[in-house]
Amino acid sequence: MLLAKILFRNAFHNKLRSSLTILGIAVAILAFGLLRTVISSFYAGVEAASASRLVTRNAISIIFPLPISYAGKIHQVEGVKTVSWGNWFGGIYIDEKNFFPNFCVEPVTYFSLYPEFVLDEKQKKDFLLDRKGAVVGRKLAAKYKWKIGDTITLKGTIYPGNWDFVLRGIYRGRDQTVDETQFFFQWTYLNEAVKKIAPVFADKAGFFMIGVNRPDIAADTAVRIDAIFKNSLAETLTETEKAFNLGFLAMAEAIVTAIQMVSFVIILIIMAVVANTMAMTTRERTGDYAIMKTLGFGAKDITLLIFGEALVLTMTGTFIGASLTFPAARIFAAELSTYFPIFLVSRTTLYLDLVAALLMAFSAAIIPARHAVRIRIADGLRRIG
Amino acid sequence: MTEQTKPIVEIRNLYKSYQRESLVVPVLFDITFDIAAGEFLALMGPSGSGKTTLLNLIAGIDRADSGSIHVGDIDITTLTETELAAWRANSVGFIFQFYNLIPVLQAVENVELPLHLTVLTKKQRREHAQMALSMVGLAHRMDHYPGEMSGGEQQRVAIARAIVTDPTILVADEPTGDLDRVSAEEILSMMERLNRDMGKTIIMVTHDPRAAARARILRHLDKGYLNDAVGQNPL
Ligand SMILES: Nc1ncnc2c1ncn2[C@@H]1O[C@H](COP(=O)(O)OP(=O)(O)O)[C@@H](O)[C@H]1O
Ligand SMILES: [Mg+2]
Repeated sequence: MLLAKILFRNAFHNKLRSSLTILGIAVAILAFGLLRTVISSFYAGVEAASASRLVTRNAISIIFPLPISYAGKIHQVEGVKTVSWGNWFGGIYIDEKNFFPNFCVEPVTYFSLYPEFVLDEKQKKDFLLDRKGAVVGRKLAAKYKWKIGDTITLKGTIYPGNWDFVLRGIYRGRDQTVDETQFFFQWTYLNEAVKKIAPVFADKAGFFMIGVNRPDIAADTAVRIDAIFKNSLAETLTETEKAFNLGFLAMAEAIVTAIQMVSFVIILIIMAVVANTMAMTTRERTGDYAIMKTLGFGAKDITLLIFGEALVLTMTGTFIGASLTFPAARIFAAELSTYFPIFLVSRTTLYLDLVAALLMAFSAAIIPARHAVRIRIADGLRRIG
Repeated sequence: MTEQTKPIVEIRNLYKSYQRESLVVPVLFDITFDIAAGEFLALMGPSGSGKTTLLNLIAGIDRADSGSIHVGDIDITTLTETELAAWRANSVGFIFQFYNLIPVLQAVENVELPLHLTVLTKKQRREHAQMALSMVGLAHRMDHYPGEMSGGEQQRVAIARAIVTDPTILVADEPTGDLDRVSAEEILSMMERLNRDMGKTIIMVTHDPRAAARARILRHLDKGYLNDAVGQNPL
């Protein structure tokens, strides 16, 4: 009790120094938290991927499509439950900077493969009945203030011309980790149009989305699918949705690694700052520790005083920084939803904050504590005056 | 009768040197003397003569090279660090030149500090501390922090802290060294009363003749040697 009283008061005794140190820790933890969140938002798609979904694409490259006739053959493969397909449309809404993912999909099967996209039954029916219908995520609709029944025009990049869609449904995510910024429309709408303009490109799918019976057979099923198209004109590459999404991140990996390093460097820097603060305060308190030892207090008590003081500082700063991470992340998410559709402060980030706080305190206290314990009382007392 | 005349402190053939880098600096040479129970001893000598070193050895906060120091029935040179710490907590009250109060603790909390190593309850600790503070005339400054008090007042708080555990001996290292004349006189009178009225054994290091005049016995250290002459002040 007494020691707790002393160490708390010690921690805040030099108000300016304590405030600056705590501010530094808070800012570092905030920056650390935001960077960690950026990293996890990179992997949000991978994390959200289902282990019982496979993606089949052209073995040469994702930019080459596959014949739609493959769907039936894939369906025959043992372990396959559902087969859907779609194409990356790559349309632009008014301006290029308004980026959001837009696909055409085979709607019935696609939505049955993605139970995490929650869509009202009535809206789903309307969507299926309207050849030009579109379904978009809640966040996307909110961003452009689209309402059911609105006509939305996308400018085609891969498929030239202006394409009109009628908004028939707005899905929401089953939970916070689901991307609510996607735009879906009917594959047949695109296919019929392509048939008219460029028949050779018709009846093709950019990818097949496959649901398997159980996650544990996913790998084997993927091998069996690729086996049937071996030596055909368009060989396939089938992988789990997770692996597929990871593939898209390969290019960003270097950036992610860099961010990761910066986030740890920030912690290293603040560790040095806290260590400096503790070195200064414990040096000033050499006489205090000496007098306590004189009165009969032991090494354990002195150690506790110093570690405790460091912990009070780092925990206070970390608490403030971690608390600020949430509103900061919300602002971030709102501003950058185009790039980071999922921007959530994860539990892991908070645990890492805590670990950082403990590390900071430990590394800052260890040397002063050793010194204060080891210094002979007579020498400690001589330092006063 | 022999029990009564047995000294409270017996120092025999005490040697002490410091290690300064590779150099061994001898500081105390063959110190032998006794301090009677209830004595008020002033240890005098020029700066650097080894007064503080000797006091620290007697008070168990430093180690001698050789020789023995009996305080009561215990030869403190044979104690382990932990035993020594417990012994100090029980048997020695400390008064320093620069008061050495904990700045973040109020006067009463500073006085309570050594009581945290005893079995006293929180309430008892507070009562003891308040009593000690009233003995030094500072009952009304209980909740003041050291920074809010004058040097003289801080030294009185330090005296209260030194006597609150009712130790066997009180050691004081230049207790008036940092004080103005008036405050110094006050502190010395207080120590005199502790010795005369409460029978406290006091060992005081000083190079101030005015302070030494308040003690009953004077001993002189010179370059690490204890002068055989024993001065005696009239009561
Ligand atoms: N920790 C130490 N290391 C080296 N020398 C010391 C140390 N402490 C004291 N000394 C030396 O021992 C001598 C006696 O010091 P001290 O006991 O403080 O004298 P006094 O209190 O009489 O002024 C001095 O020469 C001082 O420099
Ligand atoms: Mg001295």
